[in-house]
Amino acid sequence: MKEKQKSRSIVVAVTALNAIDSPGPGIAVIRCLREDPEFDVKIIGLSYESLEPGIYMHDLVDKTYQIPFPSSGTDMLLTRIREINEIEKINVLIPNFDAELYNFIRIEDRLSEMGIRTFLPSAEAFDARDKVNLAKFAEKHHFTIPPYRVIFQLNELKQIAENLGFPLVVKGKYYDAFICNSIFEAEKAFFKLQAKWGVPVIIQKFIPGTELNVAVLGDGRGNALSIVPMRKLYITDKGKAWAGITIENSQLTETAVRFVKATKWKGGCELEIMMSADNKPYLLEVNPRFPAWIYLTAAAGQNQPAALAKLAMGYELPEMKEYQAGKLFIRYSWDMIVDINEFQKISGTGEL
Amino acid sequence: MKLKKNIATSEAGFVFNPGTGDSFSVNQTGAEILALIKQEVSPEEIIRILTEKFEVEADNAEKDLDDFISQLYTFNLIER
Repeated sequence: MKEKQKSRSIVVAVTALNAIDSPGPGIAVIRCLREDPEFDVKIIGLSYESLEPGIYMHDLVDKTYQIPFPSSGTDMLLTRIREINEIEKINVLIPNFDAELYNFIRIEDRLSEMGIRTFLPSAEAFDARDKVNLAKFAEKHHFTIPPYRVIFQLNELKQIAENLGFPLVVKGKYYDAFICNSIFEAEKAFFKLQAKWGVPVIIQKFIPGTELNVAVLGDGRGNALSIVPMRKLYITDKGKAWAGITIENSQLTETAVRFVKATKWKGGCELEIMMSADNKPYLLEVNPRFPAWIYLTAAAGQNQPAALAKLAMGYELPEMKEYQAGKLFIRYSWDMIVDINEFQKISGTGEL
Repeated sequence: MKLKKNIATSEAGFVFNPGTGDSFSVNQTGAEILALIKQEVSPEEIIRILTEKFEVEADNAEKDLDDFISQLYTFNLIER
């Protein structure tokens, strides 16, 4: 039997190729795009560092270019993307790092003028769900969240820790969180997070319960086109899911629907929820991009990254309703062997 | 007595609750009882079937069934 031809060739640029112990979502997003039956995709990897494993995964990533760190600002980013686009003629760009998203949102129109389509949340929606602003957002839209405070200096920590009580969670502005059982542990976590991500640092009451995540795709008009909840089955010491299973839970679905409606979320996001022992969903965080486990959505029947690429290309898509509950992912690590010439090339020339 | 909606069970005794992601293993007798509950067989009838199939008195079968059902309640697998 002859294999059905894919109907459309597209070039998609994807960031977050760091498939490491705390993985970026890029490789999972690429896997999803490659499995779409309609698209014949050429993948352009956009990397920040020479040791991001995705750079060397040539069966998934066709060509990689390094781009400037988010702290370099939008002008440098735009210049680099323009250079890459002159060669590659990118159709869709999917950024997957929290720290880079704000820059991409700011240059969205300029990218569009170059013919590069994105499907990103508005700056307002992006800010509203920021960890620092979550309390205000939750109050306005009636979400239950654990009590927390935002601090800029160490001397604020002791009083807040006493008020919230131990254990508590000390969280970085962008990434990383530590569960702390004493003021000593909390101070240590504060210093670590301050050094890595800067201030503010978030001090949150610890809610015991079951950790659940929801991968969501919003259409930008208030509709959630896809909602796939997952329960973490194995959690690493960095709090990342190393195994998980899709579940069906109306409280999670309802939380996701309300979030997308409240923010008119455009693009992918991940809700992190703690289901307490008395079955109350606490919204812990909203990550403004697809999670690293996003391939599970495709495996369960709702390929969110491929749907996002289609939305960016201007397709109208219906709400995806069915998915398979009880689908598991189990992550594993794998040592790739890489020729030194490849490492030299990406390090020296910024492309591979 | 009714299993919660969508609870998946297998002949080998694997039980999965898609609402919570919890999974459990039960022994062969447990698997058979679950299969009967799924078919909405009454507790009295389950006890009768157990006493026919296994070397067990009705009183003991009833007690074991009560224990098993109370665990199903605890693990949120059965409608309240």
